[in-house]
Amino acid sequence: MSAAGHPRDVVIVGASLAGLRAATTLRAEGFTGNLTLVGAEPHAPYDRPPLSKKFLTAQAPADTGLPVPDGLGACWLLGRSAVRLDPYSRIVTLADGTRLPYDGLLIATGAAARSGAVTGEPGPEQGVFTLRGRDDATALRAALTPGRGLLVVGAGFLGGEVAAAGRALGLGVTLVEAGAVPLERAIGAEAGAFVGMLHRKAGIDLCTGTTVTEYGTGPDGTLRGARLADGRLVAADVAVLALGATPATGWLAGSGIEAADGVRTDSRLRALFPDGSTVPGVVAAGDAARVPQPLADGAAPALGHWSGAVEQGAAAARTLLLGDAAPPYAEVPSFWSDVHGVRLRSVGLPALADTVKVHECDRPARRLEVSYHREGRLIGALTIGRTSRLAPYRVALAEYGV
Amino acid sequence: MRITVDLDLCESHGSCVFAAPEIFSFDDDDYLLYEAAPDDGLREAAEKAAASCPVRAITVAAAP
Repeated sequence: MSAAGHPRDVVIVGASLAGLRAATTLRAEGFTGNLTLVGAEPHAPYDRPPLSKKFLTAQAPADTGLPVPDGLGACWLLGRSAVRLDPYSRIVTLADGTRLPYDGLLIATGAAARSGAVTGEPGPEQGVFTLRGRDDATALRAALTPGRGLLVVGAGFLGGEVAAAGRALGLGVTLVEAGAVPLERAIGAEAGAFVGMLHRKAGIDLCTGTTVTEYGTGPDGTLRGARLADGRLVAADVAVLALGATPATGWLAGSGIEAADGVRTDSRLRALFPDGSTVPGVVAAGDAARVPQPLADGAAPALGHWSGAVEQGAAAARTLLLGDAAPPYAEVPSFWSDVHGVRLRSVGLPALADTVKVHECDRPARRLEVSYHREGRLIGALTIGRTSRLAPYRVALAEYGV
Repeated sequence: MRITVDLDLCESHGSCVFAAPEIFSFDDDDYLLYEAAPDDGLREAAEKAAASCPVRAITVAAAP
């Protein structure tokens, strides 16, 4: 491929997994122009999945830094946020007024933890945490001392991991979930009940079908506990809101790009205007993007997977270099979660299933194998303690998505 | 081509098995099995497997 059509100035907004992977791919594929990475956090790129797992439970804080290849040749603007995009004059403006012109822009600003204000949950007060970045994890880790009471609101993947970490650290843990079982919308009632069983066996007080209505604080303002919708009072010194994440795309307001719940893209990750036309020179990847999934017949569900950030970062970079000659994005989504020493792993889009088949359910051995189907055809699979069973499902899903 | 996997780092995520099933597989207890000296035609798949590993346990090098 000739470099003749390559952009000269590429700006990547977002210096986390997707942004770094995009930068690495650009150089690996022969991009020799100017490369600028903008990161709102002051940290060099780091990996987030360990922050709710071994980062919390390790004796010493784990180093989750992502390796930056030698010779990347990028200009790093860290601790600086983008606040505005003008897609017509092709300029990104930062909070400090810096203006960055681009021929190619890659939006990889990720997502932010949903706060109480968004979800209708009360708080946050002192002692009430959310967990998204390394600084959040460092603050939470300091609060998780043995013998304290931990309240986790939301039994999704993040909430389940934080609850498990709290248990492993010797805290008394209460996990509150609005649904009937954890993760029901994401992975269905059967697998959700299995995860609920794992939590209870580990000694977590799992309260389903209820929500927090009020936090109680002592005279000094520190958290004492919470009241649940069913009237229960829960004693807690620390609370973590694990209520999901929203794409960090507020900075695109006024740009004309449709981005309220993530940047809509075409199959090559090119950002779209509301009328469906592509934004010249702009691609998006990772949690900030809403990418059409072949398995979902082109619909673009919000996923937020580590593997999506990796693969979309690379794919979006190729689109910047190759345009229409870049292959359409067709990766099979996959994610994992670790709870109570077992690995939960999934491929495809379990949340879109209308039928669930349980192939193995061995509670004493903590093993589960479930496949998901929609209108009679395979759309996903999930295993607990049986990652070895997943590969054939992924092959079948990849063939379908082509 | 020479593949090495740091099995102290490996957490059985399975991403390599997805990316390059010709090289990587699991036994029934989710322990990784892999071909240490695969054919050079599998280089692209091997590099994709290494890049997709969440704990970066895989190294791909030229044959010695």
